[in-house]
Amino acid sequence: MQHRFTTPLSEADVRKLHLEDTVLLDGTMFGIRDATQIRIFDQGIAPPADLTGSVCLHTAPGVRKLADGTYEKLSIGTTTSARMDRFAPGLIEKYGVRAIVGKGGFSETTVAAMAKTGAVYLAIVGGAAAMTTEQIEAIERVWWEDLMPECFWQFRVKNFGPLIVAIDAHGNSLYKNVQQRAAERIRAMG
Amino acid sequence: MNLYDAIETAACELYIRALKDIPADVRAALSGALAAEQSAGEQTAEQVLFTILENIDTADAQDTLVCQDTGLPVFKAIIGLPVDVAELEARLNKGCERATTSYPLRSNTVHPLTRRHTGTNTGRGIPVIKLEFAPQLGSIRLIAAPKGSGSENMSFLKMLTPAEGASGVKKFVLQCIFESGAKPCPPMIVGVGLGGTSDVAMQLAKEASTFRQIGSVNPDPDAAALERELLEKINRTGIGPQGLGGVTTALAVHVEWAHTHISQNPVAVNIQCWRGERAEASISAAGEISYAA
Repeated sequence: MQHRFTTPLSEADVRKLHLEDTVLLDGTMFGIRDATQIRIFDQGIAPPADLTGSVCLHTAPGVRKLADGTYEKLSIGTTTSARMDRFAPGLIEKYGVRAIVGKGGFSETTVAAMAKTGAVYLAIVGGAAAMTTEQIEAIERVWWEDLMPECFWQFRVKNFGPLIVAIDAHGNSLYKNVQQRAAERIRAMG
Repeated sequence: MNLYDAIETAACELYIRALKDIPADVRAALSGALAAEQSAGEQTAEQVLFTILENIDTADAQDTLVCQDTGLPVFKAIIGLPVDVAELEARLNKGCERATTSYPLRSNTVHPLTRRHTGTNTGRGIPVIKLEFAPQLGSIRLIAAPKGSGSENMSFLKMLTPAEGASGVKKFVLQCIFESGAKPCPPMIVGVGLGGTSDVAMQLAKEASTFRQIGSVNPDPDAAALERELLEKINRTGIGPQGLGGVTTALAVHVEWAHTHISQNPVAVNIQCWRGERAEASISAAGEISYAA
């Protein structure tokens, strides 16, 4: 099933979604990565923007700084989410993030946090930065420039996707299903 | 242009080209994978491969990077003319810096302890430079293969015992693929290095994943048979494109080997993502550069 949402997302929006549904997004998206979340969670510094109902993208964009201090997008793509798994429950439960966009998925702990609070993981095609860059209309704001390129970014997006629901808000993970099947098949190979 | 200026220019250009222009063999393999997923009725995998191919077209049309990960620069220079190797290495380094600052490319290169950025995609031991010598060539073949991190993080080495034999090798490779799952951006190219010492096994795995063309077959019949068997088994896992399920987990399995010690059985695995980035040029003694299509 296909869905199209404008941010921010509500709990009802994300509870509607099921594994392998596709999603297109319009509105605002926040870019975060390892260093950004180390600052938030390990150093205890609150995010510089309100993340309630927000969508976060795992990214460290390639950009060019312009004379007026703003940034031009050069290549914005997505990184492996697993490295940032331990931060995800905090984003969801403490800061109200409703969707995380990344590649490769999260552990069972995060799957449970998503089910409890109402959040989803939307898989983007890793490596498809040429398209992602096109779907990000502008870099609207940036905080924590000292972490470049792992700053806290705010993007305006249009027709962003198609994203695939890979962890839903009901405790299901497409990654887990696929990996369980793979484990059984490998066992059968002897 | 003199030879060393040409090496620097080619290094700069190849680093950028490798990130923009997906090699023909990889494109063909991805198109084949799309057809395979379509005939298997795997809709999510079909969607993923469709996006991958559309993304390659977008990068072509807009002359932009395919993926934001500009990697760690890796070069192979096959040297077929008299050359000052120290100067060659210095110029490869300069070429990387030029590409990084002029494009500009995202710099990824940091100190392993302080995590401080160098800002240039160069540094101690970076770019990675592999030298081969082929006196009959009469030129320098330079290949850039910037290695993205999602796939490079999926690197494995195991010193199996001789008693574990070839079946131990197969089990280990499948275990690595299982552990990698969605993380290295499948459909992937799997490089397997067998034998040698531990460091040689890793280097062979990297050669296999990164520098071999899809469709190439190891000339050793036993290694070739292992390539076929592993490809079939890896695709039977059903991990699929982006780990979301499907019949194409790997586009290819390449095995490279060296002899080893009677009491060793090293096996190394290095993964390349679907992008399979690689760009090549030939440089003459007079400094003429011809880029491979």
